[in-house]
Amino acid sequence: MADPPQRRIPSPQWLLVLPALALLAVILLVPLGRSLTYSVDAPAWTLDHYTALFTDGVTLTVLARTALTATIVTIVAVLLGYPYAYLMTRVGPRLRGLLMVIVLVPFWTSVMARNFAWIIILQRGGPVNSFFKLFGWDLVLYESVAGVTIAMSQVLLPFMVLPLFSALSGIDRRLLLAARGLGSHPITAFWKIYWPLSRGGVVAGLILVFTLSLGFYVTPALVGSPQQSLVAQLLGQRTTQLLDFPGASALGILVLVVSLALVSWANRFGGTISAIGVAASTPTNAPTKDRP
Amino acid sequence: MSTRIRLTDVTKDYGLAVPAVDNVSLTIEPGEFMTLLGPSGSGKTTTLNLIAGFETLTAGTIAFDDADVSTLPPHKRNLGMLFQNYALFPHMTVAQNVAYPLRERKVPKPDITRRVAEVLDLVQLTGRDGHYPSQLSGGQQQRVALARAIVFGPAALLLDEPLGALDRNLRGVLQAEIHRIHQEVGTTFVFVTHDQEEAMNLSDRIALFNNGKIEQVGTPEALYQRPETLFTARFLGDSNVFPLDKPFDGKAVWEDSVWAVDPGTVAAPTASALVVRPEDMRLSTSSVPGTNSVGATVRAVEYMGAYRTVVLALGRSGLTGRARLGPEDTAIAAGQTVVASWPVARQRLVLS
Repeated sequence: MADPPQRRIPSPQWLLVLPALALLAVILLVPLGRSLTYSVDAPAWTLDHYTALFTDGVTLTVLARTALTATIVTIVAVLLGYPYAYLMTRVGPRLRGLLMVIVLVPFWTSVMARNFAWIIILQRGGPVNSFFKLFGWDLVLYESVAGVTIAMSQVLLPFMVLPLFSALSGIDRRLLLAARGLGSHPITAFWKIYWPLSRGGVVAGLILVFTLSLGFYVTPALVGSPQQSLVAQLLGQRTTQLLDFPGASALGILVLVVSLALVSWANRFGGTISAIGVAASTPTNAPTKDRP
Repeated sequence: MSTRIRLTDVTKDYGLAVPAVDNVSLTIEPGEFMTLLGPSGSGKTTTLNLIAGFETLTAGTIAFDDADVSTLPPHKRNLGMLFQNYALFPHMTVAQNVAYPLRERKVPKPDITRRVAEVLDLVQLTGRDGHYPSQLSGGQQQRVALARAIVFGPAALLLDEPLGALDRNLRGVLQAEIHRIHQEVGTTFVFVTHDQEEAMNLSDRIALFNNGKIEQVGTPEALYQRPETLFTARFLGDSNVFPLDKPFDGKAVWEDSVWAVDPGTVAAPTASALVVRPEDMRLSTSSVPGTNSVGATVRAVEYMGAYRTVVLALGRSGLTGRARLGPEDTAIAAGQTVVASWPVARQRLVLS
């Protein structure tokens, strides 16, 4: 006797995401849609607010400064974060736990506390200023782009270290032994085997840090100078002081588009989004590039 | 192409109570299939890693032919290596994996293409060049690893429990494959395993490790038929072990009965245990002339398919022993009292 045709009962599991979806719809999609309409519809349908971004003489400068700052922060984060994450994969569980805590402390500290600490460290008469004065250099990093860059690098470092650690701990170190056994110098083995396998984690960290840097508000506002503001400060100024909602919306949309473009570009380097969580340990993520 | 590997007084000490490898000397002949066999922690894998250069020697020397390689880093030793987890590079295709050692040796491109094709043919993986390791089965992955390990004509191939992760059937197939490839390439093979059957099937000679030392080296047959120590007798196959009342001094005495001894079966003058293989044990109702024998009670009969194992309580003390019966011997049943006997030439007096 033939089995009765199976009726596909929809899995109730998808109900689990309903609350999150509802919340996202209210707090993300609605305001985003509102921003979009603001940016093209005040008072009538127009692209003027977008063209103004490129012609007002301020926005482009701030955008360029923001991009440069974000780039430097990202580079600093990867240069500091890669060796740190590598070390985390090489030490015993106790030391690894300690290193993890050190990474996470910035997360557990109030944003205000961290930024005011940086002000104290970087201001005139602070430790950094006093140190350089010993060499006759009156360096004040407070209210400078350099100071902002330093503080942002510290605050954003966990976003580099965590995905990197996740990726690096998924790499089987016996592959390095195998490579050496097959005739590779240890350094060659690192570049040909370890580095390519860690690339997913690197890209994930780069994207996280860079996109977060683009929208960083508190640190530039507190540690930086108003004369050298970044894009988030510009947004704040337009919404809270100038009440230029259409202009602010257009700027916000532009930053969002740039961020999304970056993420999708980075995704081509192999499972970036998933790499944030599950690392390059899944070998099914084989790159489609480099095929002979 | 094939190399003699000579270990002289090799020691590896991690500063623990016992050295991992303790003063081991062993010569592996060119083209030989040598198995390092032993339980886990016996030093066999450490010895292999010392040969590969992944570990540094505490004392002693390792030479390939006449060249001392004791301090040479692994990438200059020109050895192929096979790991239990295959250790294939997941971001490279089969062809790229196999080409890797050739590229590291700056072999011209056309030669690489040709050699890769040849060796993939040898391991019967032609047509899989473009696959990634994750797209292959465990057995196929190990074939790729094998191809990668031999493609550059290494001085020797080191195999670190390469079949351990495979299921039983596949293990048999790959054993045959490894045997065939050893025959075809003629390179020295050094094979590490804890599986005595695998060792017996594949090896020209076996070095049996125990507590960081080599217990005995010889052909599988020599180790099985002529063990020198109780450890060897027990590790390879089953044995009935009679601990002698006192060390052998021309007479072998167990539970006050004196047994006949063939001088050729005495492993050492101070041997203290007598071992008999289960398949040499005969069970009968009365003692058989020309054999040693002991009274026994049948405790159980275990059906094993091709044969039956009879579990015995031997002698006064009821020492547990085993005899192997053919499928036609169905008369024996649990509870029976029998005489267990064995040919004098088939027993072995060993050090315990």
